[in-house]
Amino acid sequence: MIKIDNHISDDPAYYQLSIGGEVDASSSIHLEEGLKDAMAASKKIIVDLTELEYISSAGLGVFMSIIQDLENKDIKFVIYGMEPKVFEVFEILGLNQLITIKENKDQALEAIK
Amino acid sequence: MHQFKTNCKRERLKEIRHFVAEVLADIGLSEIDAHKVILAVDEVCANLIIHSNKCNPSECLELFIEDHGGDGVLFEIIDYGIGFNYNNYKEPNLEEIIRKRKKGGLGIMLVKNIMDTVEFKNEENKNICRMIKKFTKVK
Repeated sequence: MIKIDNHISDDPAYYQLSIGGEVDASSSIHLEEGLKDAMAASKKIIVDLTELEYISSAGLGVFMSIIQDLENKDIKFVIYGMEPKVFEVFEILGLNQLITIKENKDQALEAIK
Repeated sequence: MHQFKTNCKRERLKEIRHFVAEVLADIGLSEIDAHKVILAVDEVCANLIIHSNKCNPSECLELFIEDHGGDGVLFEIIDYGIGFNYNNYKEPNLEEIIRKRKKGGLGIMLVKNIMDTVEFKNEENKNICRMIKKFTKVK
């Protein structure tokens, strides 16, 4: 089961999307919707994956499919808080080279300044 | 030999992962090794459910896991849908996926990366995916 939550901050201005639980081929659609909402609402997005226990290629594909739009729309986008086992899956596909990944929220906020 | 049978619905993937996790814990794998292997099995099952069987809940999928000791753990996944032609599989180009906003082909890329052996074949109207993973056990 995927858990999605969002938080919008005005000062400093950023959109925080929190993804928890399990993202697989049956739930990745919700991740896609959450990211689309975030991209429509803000130019500075941080994604909290602290509570993410599992992600399959369906979820990784969603992240990959927005990279071009992030660039085109000049959106600053940072992921943070991944458990090592989840980070390893990003690493296998080389997604860690394509998306900015930080250890914690403070580092993520610094990166979108 | 551990076995699990389910029908071809995406919602069954969680149960499949749970089954694989229990078997791998029994065999004595570290959590990080088990996590990657669970992912590989999930990827194959997702492909078979979605592409080979079009999420038809009256179709079924069978999974067998057997510990071969030093020779690794054997995973066999059997279905009766449209066979996957592994020989025609071309690893996707990541730049193209990004440019065209495509999402397909990544699952098999993960599977190839995680498992030591991956085979897809068709025998008497059934499709068999056979995968082997060798581990350093923690127990």
